Amino acid sequence: MIINHPLLGPRDASEFVYLGDASLMNRPNPKSETAAEDFHAYMYLRDNPPGEHRELWFHEQGDRSWLIVTRNTLTHEITKVELARSSKGLIT
Amino acid sequence: MRYNALQILRQGLTGHKGWKPAWRKADPKPEYDIIIVGGGGHGLATAHYLAKTFKHHKVAVLEKGWIGGGNVGRNTTIIRSNYMLHENEGFYEFSLKLWENQERELNYNSMVSQRGIINLYHSDPQRDAYVRRGNAMALNGADPVLLDQAALRKMCPFLNFDNARFPIKGGLMQPRGGTVRHDAVAWGYARSADQQGVDIIENCEVTGFIINDGICSGVETSRGQIKASKIGVAVAGSSSRVMSMAGMRLPMESHVLQAFVSEGLKPLIPGVITYGAGHFYVSQSDKGGLVFGGDIDGYNSYAQRGNLPVVEDVCEGGVSLMPMIGKARLLRMWGGIMDMSMDGSPIIDKTHIDGLYFNGGWCYGGFKATPASGYCFAQLIATDMPHETAKHYRMDRFSRGLMIDEKGQGAQPNLH
Ligand SMILES: Cc1cc2nc3c(=O)[nH]c(=O)nc-3n(C[C@H](O)[C@H](O)[C@H](O)COP(=O)(O)OP(=O)(O)OC[C@H]3O[C@@H](n4cnc5c(N)ncnc54)[C@H](O)[C@@H]3O)c2cc1C
Repeated sequence: MIINHPLLGPRDASEFVYLGDASLMNRPNPKSETAAEDFHAYMYLRDNPPGEHRELWFHEQGDRSWLIVTRNTLTHEITKVELARSSKGLIT
Repeated sequence: MRYNALQILRQGLTGHKGWKPAWRKADPKPEYDIIIVGGGGHGLATAHYLAKTFKHHKVAVLEKGWIGGGNVGRNTTIIRSNYMLHENEGFYEFSLKLWENQERELNYNSMVSQRGIINLYHSDPQRDAYVRRGNAMALNGADPVLLDQAALRKMCPFLNFDNARFPIKGGLMQPRGGTVRHDAVAWGYARSADQQGVDIIENCEVTGFIINDGICSGVETSRGQIKASKIGVAVAGSSSRVMSMAGMRLPMESHVLQAFVSEGLKPLIPGVITYGAGHFYVSQSDKGGLVFGGDIDGYNSYAQRGNLPVVEDVCEGGVSLMPMIGKARLLRMWGGIMDMSMDGSPIIDKTHIDGLYFNGGWCYGGFKATPASGYCFAQLIATDMPHETAKHYRMDRFSRGLMIDEKGQGAQPNLH
């Protein structure tokens, strides 16, 4: 797989480390009354969809930026790559 | 039809015209007592034990493709019970005991071959860790043997013992571990379940659950609605996909694992060998091909095929372990979709929906679990009580802090 890095251009996926679903950027509020359940869901439960998946990749062998890659888990086709830090607001 | 030597003789003399299909092509009935979703090893073993041990005969196995087309027919066929945590070791040892009697139980030659498995160690601390694991195995009645370098040299003279970076110092062996003919496992359980009245329904995809007031009373399928008071789901890599139809999110990601077979070679590798310094495991099939594999690719996938960086990594592991295989040609490779759980261990449990039971999270190690998984899932469905060796495999263990994490990696499925 080739990941089209927004700053560095096309890079081989083996330069990256995979973390998982991009919703991991949405840390729950620890002060909320439902914090225990919220953190359980955040930490352990996943949508794990067949098809389009927004996910976090870390460019460890490169500029060490975090990317949000939109990739189809049925075909491995990558349709969008963004810098995680410039993603606006929360991921849903 | 029972299979035996006399039958082979009789068929041989009559031109092999009398063999019958090993199981019927059943069509769905409107209602069963129990439905099992997924005709992989686990679903078929569950049906077998439901009928044989728990005397439920109005049972259907629904398979969206053909039986044996999933991971049960794609794995590298290694069986063993060399786990460390007691929540796991008792279960896998129970499974190995069931393997030892499987062919007799099924009247089917699944080629269970206890040729032994050796995990190599490369340093003193790694040896100490294996000693500890071996002791944990012994506590559960398994058969660990610690090999030093001299003993290992006798068994496997071809290993790269004097590698400068990762010298091979010895290994932890389990002589009762080995390999099994994977397709035959699916076929053997299917045949046995069928003979006891179970309907095995292929090309029948479950597309929804009938759930009212928290009670599941049947499934929607590509071949119409089918009712049952109990439904057990055992769909391995498709677990999240199927359970989402019941509104559930699972502690799981689906990942692709690749396997490889070389051209046929003369008998070379005595049992199963796993590399302790890289992720590589290998055995030799009865046809002579080296069967090997390594790490999962590491990203969510439902594609049943992987990418080249892992192919390279696996082959590097193999060549550094036994340089002589460098000239062997790779014949074929493929991928399967793993239900990677958040702690690397499986789930066999009821769900919060009455009548709906779940079996999954087998990661890359569920083949060896097939008989015990079937037995324990059948017991849970039939009696609503977990089997003693599977009682820790609960759905809610993550919210209760009772993870079963052999490697201590935390909630990162691609590291298990
Ligand atoms: C390359 C590879 C190597 C492996 N090596 C080993 C090994 O050496 N040792 C070991 O112990 N384990 C190994 N494993 C893991 C092992 O194969 C699996 O954990 C185990 O086979 C999973 O259980 P199963 O046999 O029931 O799965 P499967 O055979 O995948 O069965 C699940 C079935 O469910 C069906 N299904 C899915 N969705 C639906 C639906 N909606 N309706 C109806 N049916 C549905 C699928 O078609 C499939 O047939 C390996 C796996 C792979 C891919």
